[in-house]
Parts: sequence; structure tokens; C-alpha cells
Amino acid sequence: MERIPILKIGNLLLVSIQVDLQDRTVITLEEDLAEKIVATGARGVVIDITALDIVDSFTGRMLATIASISRVLDAETVVVGMRPAVAITLVELGLSLEGIKTALDVERGMRLLSARA
Amino acid sequence: MTAQELPIAGDADVVRVRQLVRTAAVAARLSLVDQTKLVTAASELARNTLTHGGGGSATVEQVSSTIKAGVRVVFHDKGPGIPDIALALTDGYTSANGMGLGLGGAKRLVDTFDIVSSPGEGTTVTVVKWAR
Repeated sequence: MERIPILKIGNLLLVSIQVDLQDRTVITLEEDLAEKIVATGARGVVIDITALDIVDSFTGRMLATIASISRVLDAETVVVGMRPAVAITLVELGLSLEGIKTALDVERGMRLLSARA
Repeated sequence: MTAQELPIAGDADVVRVRQLVRTAAVAARLSLVDQTKLVTAASELARNTLTHGGGGSATVEQVSSTIKAGVRVVFHDKGPGIPDIALALTDGYTSANGMGLGLGGAKRLVDTFDIVSSPGEGTTVTVVKWAR
């Protein structure tokens, strides 16, 4: 099974999802990320989904879960890079990702979090 | 493209179904948004086949009417079936730790949605998305 790398940049963590997500990969990422937040004391998490050509309800729930876990561990999450077609589909599917901060790209996402950290 | 059938027996098969549906949607010249909607619906339905139906198959086929082209995907399982389809299509309805968007959400993303299910005899869901 593929493992998604988590990069530390200053006091932020960057997760760039570059693979076609299997459900198990997603669950492993949740666990890895929670451990990394605690180990590094990171104040923010940027999740880059530029490479994802779909976000279904399972992936959407994963993003919401990661945001909640991070918040409990005192880190803020921003999801960046959503493609326009993915955004349109998500909303029609009924997922509005309420409670999740978003930004158009990694740079803006990091700027948003740096203001807090 | 003739009909292609893929087994759905594990996580990796859900990914394979998505990829095959994407290929068919590109070949049928669906717009990028319509491709994305169909592939997302296929992902929801393939996961249903796996988690609720105990596995099954997906059959992907390009279809055409006199004026347009499209893609049809049929999901089939021999699982426990759905006792109350109307209830299962309601947003918010969930049985196996879903978000309750699977079936109803998938229906909104396609042009035609047909479901045949009876307790003990499995479930067949047929969806079609047409190029505009």
C-alpha cells in the first residue's frame, strides 16, 4: 500500500496527495498525520489536493476528519488546490466541506496559516 | 468500446472502476465536469457494492442514441439487498458508517439512475451520463 509523505516546513506540515486514493491509504494518512502533529508541535496542516481528479464522500469525510483531529491537537488545517470540476461535483453531491478552511494554492494556504502560527 | 466488466472485491478495485469509467467518459466526449460527476458517482456506487453488497461487479459501456453519446455503468452484487429503496435514497440515510450521501448523491450526479433490489437477492444499479 502506498503511504502519503508528510513534509515539515517551519511549524507547518504539508501533505500533497499525488496518488489515486484507496480507502486504506486514507486511514493510514489520518493516523500518520496525528502522530506527526504531536511529534513536531506543528501549528498548521496544508493538504494539497491539486492532483486529485475526484473527491467522493469517503475522501470528503477524510478531509473533515483530519481537520477535526488537527483542531483537537491545536493545529489548523487548510485544504488547497481543489480543481473547479471537483468543486462543482462536491457541492452537487451534497458535500460542502463546512468547517474546513480552503485556499486556492499551497502558497496562499501557507500564508493563511502563518498568520496564526 | 464494447462492454467491459470489472470485479469489485477490494479497495483497489474501486480505483480500477474509477479509471475505466474515466477512460470511457473521455472516449464518449463528456465535458470535464460531466466526466468528474460520472466518475464520482461510480466511486460512490462501487464502494456501496463492496461494503453493502459484499462485492460484485461493474460493467462499463459506451452507449449512443440517435443524437448523442454517453456512458452506462451497471453495478451488480448478490448481497443482502436494500429493503427500502426510497429510504436508502434519502440524504442523511446511512447504514455502514457512510456520510449518507452515497446513493442519493450518486443519483444527483448522473442523467439516469435505476435501481433494482430485493432482500436476499442482491442489488443492481444502472447509471447513464450523456454528453451535452
